[in-house]
Amino acid sequence: MGLLTNLKSSISRAASTLFSADKQQRIGIYGPPNAGKTTLANRVVRDWTEHGDAVGPESHVPHETRRARRKENIEIERNDKMVTIDIVDTPGVTTKVDYTEFLEHDMDEDDAVRRSREATEGVAEAMHWLREDVDGVIYVLDAATDPFTQVNTMLIGIIESQDLPVLILANKIDLEGASVQRIRNAFPQHETVPVSALEGDNMDEVYDKIAEYFG
Amino acid sequence: MAEVKQPGDGVRIDLISGERMAGLTGMEKIRMILDGVREGNIVILEEGLSPDEESKLIEVTMTEISPDEFNGIEIETYPRSEAADTSFLGRLMGKESTKKLTVIGPANQIETLHKDETLIQTLVSRK
Repeated sequence: MGLLTNLKSSISRAASTLFSADKQQRIGIYGPPNAGKTTLANRVVRDWTEHGDAVGPESHVPHETRRARRKENIEIERNDKMVTIDIVDTPGVTTKVDYTEFLEHDMDEDDAVRRSREATEGVAEAMHWLREDVDGVIYVLDAATDPFTQVNTMLIGIIESQDLPVLILANKIDLEGASVQRIRNAFPQHETVPVSALEGDNMDEVYDKIAEYFG
Repeated sequence: MAEVKQPGDGVRIDLISGERMAGLTGMEKIRMILDGVREGNIVILEEGLSPDEESKLIEVTMTEISPDEFNGIEIETYPRSEAADTSFLGRLMGKESTKKLTVIGPANQIETLHKDETLIQTLVSRK
């Protein structure tokens, strides 16, 4: 039964890939909270769309993004070739949310409880998108923190099990203590591109890789 | 007759064999894990969960978090073995290995002290 289910699922995915050469790829931006996912999404949108409206607000307070937000028809030009993608900025994934941690960020209890409730809904939504609605993943990690966490290991495993192309970005390379090599060591099976989405450092290589992976 | 210990005496650890898990559906596994963890137990799975089950475990956990009652879970596994058959053909043939000891507990009671390829050290406290 397991073999039959696996076979059906793999054939379905292969067929969908085969017959959708021109389909616009929907790329999910995933990662743990505070990795800089929204900063990256905003940078991409501002670089490649006419009006450059922000995808969402950026903040140092965890779980600022509590709803998945999609920005459609982003046209990225690389080497005379145009790649059109939709990007989906997702809430940071975690296995726990404690509202008392928000109290440390000058929030009153009601606001902290509301934020934690919205954060949990956002994480559940992000997981649903990952299983059902994205064609590829940009996985964003804070290069100044330890990448070898259970959430990262599980999420990369989930992405691999879905056969989704994944590009890992080592973000915040402008910070003291950032280590791209530490991320490469944690996930040697994938390519890691260093970047500072905030400062715009190395974005050209990021766009080259987006075109290569998702074009 | 031996005295039956009350839950307040310590922390209960449920070690669940791969054989027991094999007979359950994905949702039954998740329900069993979360029911145990919400009672304050540490659940140890001999053979772990598949990536799809892990994804659903995160999703269901999020729907159950409630302020001052349940903050979520802490979960630790050994890293996936490099030798595991994770190729496309391997998965197609159902050979993907998910056999990895997994420790799951309430986020406010379990803290990971150290983790590497061969050792998981956790500190477990009572409620």
